[in-house]
Amino acid sequence: MLANTWQGRNTVKVQDVPDPTILNRHDAVVRITSTAICGSDLHLVDGYVPSMLKGDVLGHEFMGEVVETGPDVRNVRVGDRVVVPFPIACGQCWSCQHEMFSLCENTNPNAWMAEKLFGHPTAGIYGYSHLTGGYPGGQAQYARVPFADVNPLKVPAELPDEQVLFLSDILPTGYMGAEMCDLQGGEVVAVWGAGPVGQFAIASARMLGAERIIAIDRFDYRLRMAREKAGATDTINYEQEDVLETLRELTGGRGPDAVIDAVGMEAHSPHIDYAYDRTKQALRLETDRPLALREAIMAVRNGGVVSVIGVYGGFIDKFPMGAVMNRGLTIRSGQCHVQRYMQPLLERIQRGDIDPSFVITHRMPLSDAPKGYDLFKHKKDDCVKVVLKN
Amino acid sequence: MTVGRTLSRGLGAFSLGLGAVQLVAPRRLLRATGYPPRGSSPLVMRVIGLRELGAAGGLLVQRWPVPFAWMRVAGDAMDLALAGRGLRARDVHRSRAMATFGALVAVTAADLATGVLITREAPAQKDGSLGGAKPVRKSITVNRPREEVYAFWRDLTHLPQFMHHLEDVTDLGNGRSHWTAKGPANTRASWDAELTEDRPNERIAWRSVPGSGIQNSGSVEFVDAPGDRGTEVRVELAYEPPAGPLGIAAAKLFGEEPEQQVSGDLRRLKQVLETGEVAQSEAVAGGRTIRQRPAQPLDAGEAQQVRATSNGHDGRSPARTDGTTPVAETRASDGSTGQPEAVTAG
Repeated sequence: MLANTWQGRNTVKVQDVPDPTILNRHDAVVRITSTAICGSDLHLVDGYVPSMLKGDVLGHEFMGEVVETGPDVRNVRVGDRVVVPFPIACGQCWSCQHEMFSLCENTNPNAWMAEKLFGHPTAGIYGYSHLTGGYPGGQAQYARVPFADVNPLKVPAELPDEQVLFLSDILPTGYMGAEMCDLQGGEVVAVWGAGPVGQFAIASARMLGAERIIAIDRFDYRLRMAREKAGATDTINYEQEDVLETLRELTGGRGPDAVIDAVGMEAHSPHIDYAYDRTKQALRLETDRPLALREAIMAVRNGGVVSVIGVYGGFIDKFPMGAVMNRGLTIRSGQCHVQRYMQPLLERIQRGDIDPSFVITHRMPLSDAPKGYDLFKHKKDDCVKVVLKN
Repeated sequence: MTVGRTLSRGLGAFSLGLGAVQLVAPRRLLRATGYPPRGSSPLVMRVIGLRELGAAGGLLVQRWPVPFAWMRVAGDAMDLALAGRGLRARDVHRSRAMATFGALVAVTAADLATGVLITREAPAQKDGSLGGAKPVRKSITVNRPREEVYAFWRDLTHLPQFMHHLEDVTDLGNGRSHWTAKGPANTRASWDAELTEDRPNERIAWRSVPGSGIQNSGSVEFVDAPGDRGTEVRVELAYEPPAGPLGIAAAKLFGEEPEQQVSGDLRRLKQVLETGEVAQSEAVAGGRTIRQRPAQPLDAGEAQQVRATSNGHDGRSPARTDGTTPVAETRASDGSTGQPEAVTAG
């Protein structure tokens, strides 16, 4: 089959690899109909996540049709149309039973590696480095799906791929980012990053009752999408305006009640701190550039919530712990527990609360994946989200 | 700090300084000690410098650097031999060379004293019966009742399902069993073991029968985890590796460090008991930990091999004993082929 593979820093290649088969009794094999490129794939391609090997199949947002099931699979059958959540969960461990699926204790065969970097290991993830298990990804024609009884979500035939594909990652991720803000109604929420996850965090904050939602980015076309499609009430282009000052103005001096970092480890900034962090990162003195996170912490109101859904890989410098402690902030974070949100969000899609396909700007065949990465990474042609089709 | 350890630290610092000079300025040092550089002598000096730095590392970093202290004594013997032979050369600066020889003798005395002291002071190995094997302790929490975890372990034939290096355990009856293990580079070892303790739902201990090859022993304890989180499994293993401490060092080089191996084994135990299978990714399939494959699907032959060895595909009994998930059932029940292999459609 064809698969998009990591070849080293800044290089991906579509190549021929063997077809996946069942390895364990709870596995299924899915023929992939649609798959997407995620912002976190860029962290891998940019070389900021350790433990990648040349030839690793990329991709963790995918859906398709079940074509093979292991002997112990009960809940899905050959022919079912399914969306596959990116974290692989076993459904049986303490974490899974407490709906913390991305912290599954049993699905990362490289737990020892993750333990060294993070202190304790996390779940397996498709196509997302060997730290998360070394599972081949979904930017391919087929994928093996472990624990098929627990993970894939069956989706009804009447909903097209484009409306349900993002249940695999970015819609639940954005939703969890908003949910962690503990919205009761009437809040002001600021969202750093108007990429696909940021767009869904904005849309979710709106669904959960936020009154004003402020999107922050440097690309006007993304801010326009945030206003016109996702439901942001205000936008700030951080290359043109001072973010902290503008947020103070927009909130009567209080600061937003909650802030969402939908940027992560490769943030940009027009200020000198960008040069500082970019240099330290290049010299491998820190792994992540926490520019958006620092700003979000400084901006949030006293006692507010900092919700971190942008991906961080390792260590950051100059973390404003004084602000967190003295101003009584709450930091909440996590790789999304996708399985927790898939069914309720599918129902919201069916009810018409949200049509997640609004973020898609580019569609192309899987064989064009390298072109898709180039468009997405360099924000060419007003790219927000690339969907690859088989 | 004890006298031996203080001395060994001092000698470590001395080794560090000397080694650095030997490595950087071998010719100058040769002249200063009365031996004008000749032929390969600067190269020899550099090699000795490397040896000194190695000794320094061990002496300064290790808690009880017994082998390194004796390594220095061996090094002294070598230096004395070299210096003694060099004394006869024509171009030697005799008085300097004699002073150097004297200093070497003094250092040798200090090294000998340190070696003796530190060997005496180093704490005796806990389990004397194993002749110095270092026990490995690891624990994990398994989200299953204590009785079930105990029962699974008590049937020692289950161990190869989660202990990667074990190929087979056969129950010989009367608390005795026969174990076969895979070693590095396709070696194989086997031995007989006996249960030394069996407290139902609490503790199991075993040891190899004396004179049965590899000396080893182990124990496992089962404790209720707080908050109804299942069972804490605490394992202690001690073994005499085939080639002694050198064997351990070699195994570490190839990434098969005992500590990591045991924690991997416990993770697999948890996987088998909680989910009924050992998690497999294509990158690690076939027991690869350090030298992984790229995350790509396996070719048909490799996949077949993994299926044949992975838990649940070889007819071993299911992990669960409470019948909640019939993990060993085949698809025969829903009318398909009845083969324990995957069913393909389309």
